[in-house]
Parts: sequence; structure tokens; C-alpha cells
Amino acid sequence: MEALGLARFQFASTTTYHFFFVPLTLGLSILVAYMETVYVLTGDARYKKLAKFYGTLFMINFAMGVVTGLVQEFQFGMNWSGYSRFMGDIFGVPLAIEALLAFFLESTFLGVWYFTWDKVPKGLHALFIWLVAIGSNLSALWILIANSFMQHPVGYRLENGRALLESFPALFKNPHVWLQFPHTLFAALSTAGFFVAAVAAWHLLRNHRVELFSRAMRIGLTAGLLGSFLVALVGHYQADFVVRHQPMKFAAMEAIWEDLPEPAPWILYATIDEKAQENRNVIELPGVLSMLTHAPETENGERVFLGIKTLQKRYEERFGPGNYVPPVKLTFWSFRVMVASGLLMLLLAAIGLWLLFRGRLAQAKGFLALLIWAVLLPFLGNTTGWWTAEFGRQPWMVQDLLTIYQGVTPESVVSAGMVLLSSVGFTLLYLVLGVIDVWLLIKYAKTDPEAKTKTVLSY
Amino acid sequence: MDLNTLWFALIAVLFMGFFFLEGFDYGVGILHPFVAKSDEERKAVIQTIGPVWDGNEVWMITAGGAIFAAFPQWYATLFSGFYLALFLMLVALILRGVGFEFRSKVDSPSWRNFWDWMIFFGSLVPALLWGVAVANLVRGVPIGPDMNYQGSFLTLLNPYGLLGGIAAVIVFTFHGANFLSLKLPEEMAPRARAAARAFAPLAVILAVLFVLGGYGYGLFSREGQLLAYLFAALAALGLLLGWITRLQGSDALAFWTTGLGVLFATAMVFAGLYPYVMPSSLNPEWSLTVYNASASPYTLRVMTYVALIFTPLVLLYQGWTYWVFRGRVSLGEEGGY
Repeated sequence: MEALGLARFQFASTTTYHFFFVPLTLGLSILVAYMETVYVLTGDARYKKLAKFYGTLFMINFAMGVVTGLVQEFQFGMNWSGYSRFMGDIFGVPLAIEALLAFFLESTFLGVWYFTWDKVPKGLHALFIWLVAIGSNLSALWILIANSFMQHPVGYRLENGRALLESFPALFKNPHVWLQFPHTLFAALSTAGFFVAAVAAWHLLRNHRVELFSRAMRIGLTAGLLGSFLVALVGHYQADFVVRHQPMKFAAMEAIWEDLPEPAPWILYATIDEKAQENRNVIELPGVLSMLTHAPETENGERVFLGIKTLQKRYEERFGPGNYVPPVKLTFWSFRVMVASGLLMLLLAAIGLWLLFRGRLAQAKGFLALLIWAVLLPFLGNTTGWWTAEFGRQPWMVQDLLTIYQGVTPESVVSAGMVLLSSVGFTLLYLVLGVIDVWLLIKYAKTDPEAKTKTVLSY
Repeated sequence: MDLNTLWFALIAVLFMGFFFLEGFDYGVGILHPFVAKSDEERKAVIQTIGPVWDGNEVWMITAGGAIFAAFPQWYATLFSGFYLALFLMLVALILRGVGFEFRSKVDSPSWRNFWDWMIFFGSLVPALLWGVAVANLVRGVPIGPDMNYQGSFLTLLNPYGLLGGIAAVIVFTFHGANFLSLKLPEEMAPRARAAARAFAPLAVILAVLFVLGGYGYGLFSREGQLLAYLFAALAALGLLLGWITRLQGSDALAFWTTGLGVLFATAMVFAGLYPYVMPSSLNPEWSLTVYNASASPYTLRVMTYVALIFTPLVLLYQGWTYWVFRGRVSLGEEGGY
């Protein structure tokens, strides 16, 4: 049990940490490619400076995404050998394709792009960064195809205690993929948008290179608005999907303990007691949950949101005794923090664009200062979003097929002490490198894009 | 050839690519504090692999992914069994990867010095551990009837494992020195050539010892024995020619012959293992083979289509990038890290 807890901690921390860097890579590759394309099409050298400037920040962020991804690739085998044996026939496929199709593309052409400024024709150079953008986003697609199987298994059969692939197209056509992938892409776009805008805001606040950074600001806020609007839209359909296919996750997201007939209220705040399985000090908005989504119809034609207690009973009937309830408090609050940060981003991006088009953004010092700090919002939303998706599925690794207890590497192979050692090692390493990386990002965000050699602005 | 054998061969090819490409990358990382005398020179050394190291590392990631997809039981047994070794390797690779990116970002000698040593250890440790891991695959490791590894980290550090580790470090350093001879500015290249000359005899001797040990562990007595003999001979020939051409010949010849030596040595290990992927030292019956460790025929078929379409494409564009960056790097070059 001890090794299991540590292995879960390690997976959660590695994945969370990896996903700090990934969305920025996905989104920023597109925005930098856009900047360079504008330069190629119009010949406006300012966009070249922007592409180079944000490209350096992209590289600093990318390096961390790569090295944390290394751990991702191998930890399934290290800590979750039971899972690997059970799922390898299916899970390995998108993983290998991700490496072959996406990692090679992005890594190879990122190196070429970064090292060939002014050395190859500019159209070709812009093509390199587009290939990086395509590669990065393809990698998101393949890893989400893998994750989608864990959320909503399709196209498989069980044989000798292993899940075997029956249809490759089914993996690809899994409806979960086509919700989760756009959700992630749009979240990434808004992340990059807010990142570009925050850096621009820092410079604009100091009246520095106003012409250049106004343009960056426009790109950033547009991406921020578009991304956060679309992410919310897709999120709506995802909730519809979860309520049907992962009712336990949905019940945890909404802290619904008892069956809840429609029209159902939406809980804004509650003190959740997971032991007593009840909520106290509840503040709820009547009828709002039923406005947001609909409960699936039961056999007798009623629409009821199934409560955690009912679902637990059903799981016990199906799979035998055990605790099938995810960490409710964590899932509930993760979901709310994600939604709140997304809505705040939508609002901020809209206000920012409105100010920009009225020509009043440069004077709105308070708002610019706010935009700098708003860069934290997408990271908060990305993290809590994944927490909602992953914690809400516990204790299943693969929904209704394999639990964490079956998936973990036997303690005879990997002892608790070994997992502890690697967990402490990775966590310390992540912490130190994370601090250095953010420090470097800030340092380089403050450099002057017009300067020939990179000098850090001292004010 | 059935699909299981084909996939075993494909994974062998991925490891050949990995050891050839990352082999010189590791060598460059190991040599760089020693062949460069100033910050500018160190930058030039890193510049030789700067645009390509990340793409090269993907060979390892793809090999890992391919093992997962084609031989899930192998993936599960290998990476859970070699846990601490893999942990150390990942830490090293993380520090090396960020080292390349971070080192030149701060204008301070102690900062750069720190990351230079991280690049050094980050290259040395994976080279060593891959050697240890491969030697132990050849030797056989304690695998139980449930396919689970029963040894510990120390089990891997047996004499033959250590020989494999040291051999890998020395051969990769030799390979990296040849690469640097080819890529460094003319004023620095003589130092790289001297390093290559120094490492060449050691590399040949260690490789021969590794092969002799492998013979003792049955590397030349299984189904692939003819191929294993052939590849062993070609590997020895490659490394020997690498040594000779290093003494009198061109940089390009020395690099390519040594590189072929690395390729064939890797091929030899895989040919010699076949049909095993992980022989058990406890009971041959408990070994993992290309059959009992494999994915379903359907998955293998799907993966075959994918690999046949995309591997040539990858080779094509990755090869093209080496053409883009052909020629020597120069000191004080603009751009890059």
C-alpha cells in the first residue's frame, strides 16, 4: 500500500509538472509560427523580431517539457508494470506513434529552426516552425488518444487478463478524443495568448517598444479570447459526455452524494465531509445544474443525477467489495477552480481587446499590471483541469477495467523505499529546475527584442 | 519472417540508430570540458550537436515506445526491474537536456561551469548505464515465473555488467571524438583527433572483451548465431578500421568506420539474443521471448504499417538536417544556444 501511495504521488507530480510546460509549448509554437508567417507575407521586420523574441522564450520552456516528458515515457514501466502488462497492447500503440510521428518532427525541426535564422530562405524558415507546431500538437493528439482509452475504453477485448486491441480506428474515433483534444488545444492556445500578453504588458507598462508590443498584445489577447471561449464551449460538451459515461466522476465533480432529480441545483460552495459522505454549509444556485447539462434518462423515464452512494453500490454489485469513490473534495474544487480561471480569462481577454481597439490600453496601467499576473490563470486552469479528469477517475486507471491496485508494480520488484527515493529525487529536481526555468523565462522576457545582443533591461 | 521477429528487428534498428547518434552525442558531452579551453570553445563544442541532439534522443524515446507497443511484457519487466538504474539515467538525461538550454543563458563563469559539468555527467551516466543494461541483457537477469525481475540494482553491477558499462563509455567517447574531429573548427580539431587516438585502442580492447564475455553467456549459440558472428566480425572490423584511419586517414573515414562498428556491435547483441528479449538467469523457461512478451498479432500488424510508412520519412528528414548543418562549426558563431 505504501509503495502504491508513493507511486501515485510520483505519477501525479510528474504529470502535473510536465503539463506546466506542455500547453505553453503547444500554443506558443502556433503563435510564434503565426508571427513569423506575418513577417514572411508582409515583410514587416517587427514580426520577425517578435518571432525571435518569443522564440527564445519558447525554447526555454520547451527544454523543460522535453526532459519531464522523458520521465513520463518510462514511468509506466517503472511504477505501473501491472498496467503496462494489462494495457501495453493498446496503450503502447499511440505512445509509439506519438514518438515516431510527432516527437521526431518537433525535435528535429526545432533544432533546425533555432539554428538557421537568416541562413535559409525565410519562407522555408517559417515552414520549420510550422512543422514544430504541427509536431507538438500531433503529440498532444496521440497522447490524448491514449488517455481517452483510460477514460472511455473502446475497440478492445479482454483475453487472459489483458486488454487487447481489436480496432485501431476505434481508438482514433473514440468520441472522448474529439472532446479532450480540442479542449486541450484551446486551453493551450489561451495559455500562450496570456503568456504573450503578459510579457507585452510588462513592456507596455514601461512605455518600452510600444509599437512592437502593442502588436504582440493584440495577438496574445486575440488568442486568449478565442482559446478561452472555445475551451469553455468544448467543456460544456465534455460535461455532457462525463455525465453519461463516467457518472462517478461527474458526481464527484459536483459532490452529489444522494440521487438528485432534475431540475437540479448547482453547488457554488460546500464544506464536503468525505467520511460522513455529506455536504455542509451549502450555497447552491437552484436549477442551474440542469441548465448546464442533463442527467441521462433512467429506465422509468426520469432524469436523475446519480449520487455517489448509489454508484458505489452499483460498482460493488459489479466488481465486488471495495471503495470506488474518487477523492471528492479534490475533484469538486479542482473543477471549480478550473471553471473560475477559465471564465476570468475570458473576461480579461475581452476587456483587454476592447481597451486595445479603443486605443486606451497603453494608458490603462492598472489593467496592464493585472495582465502580467493573469499569466498564472491558464496554468492554474490547466492543472486543475487535468486533476479533475484524472482524480475523478480514481480508483480506476482504466475506467471500469483496471484499478490502481492492479496496475502498480509489485512491491517484490519495486519496493516502497525505491519509489520514495525516486519520488524525492524527481520532486527536488523538478523544484530546483522549475525555479531556474521560471527565473530564466522572466529574465529573457525582460530583454530588449531590438537589441543586437541579448541584454537584460535593468529597469 | 513473422511479425514478432520483424518487430524485434525493428527495435534493433531503433537501438542501432540510438547508439550511433546518441553515441557521439554522449561522447561529445563527455569530451567537451576537456577539448575546449575557453567559453567560446565550449560553445563551439556544444554547437556541433546543438541542433541535432534532441532529435537524436527521440531515437531512445521511440525505441522505448516501440518496446511498449510491440512487447509490453518486455517493457514492463525491463523498466520495473532496472528501476534505480533507469531513475539515475533519467536524472542524468534531465540535467543534460536543460544543461544545453540553460548554460549560455546566463553570463557567469560559475553558472556555465556548473552546467558544463552537468552536461558531462549527463552524458557519462546514461552511456555507462546503457552499457550496464545491455551487458545484463546478454548475461541474463533473475526473472521469475511471473515475468517479474527478482534482483536488485546491485545485481546489475556484476563484472560483466560493469565491463559493458565501461566499454560503452569508451566506445562512445571514441565515436564522439571522431565526430568532433569532423565538426570542430580547424584550430580545435587536432585536440579531438588526439583524444580519438588515445581512446581507439581501449575501445577495441574493451569491445573484444565484451564479445568474448558474450560468447560465454551464449550470445553465439542461439537461433541468430550466424548473424551474430557476422555482426561481431563487422563490428570488430569497423572499430579496427576506425583506429587505423584515425592514425592515418581522413576524419570522415574514421567517423564512419567507427560508427559502423557501433551499429554492428548493437546488431550483434540483438541477433545473439534472438529469440529471447530478456533471458532469465534462474530458469531458461522463465525467459521473455519475442513470442511470450509480445503484443497481439493485430497490434503488431497495425504498428508495422505505421513503422513502414513513417520510419523512412523520419530517416529522410533527419538525414537532411545533417546535410543542412554539414561542415565545421566556427568559433563565435551567432545564433543558437
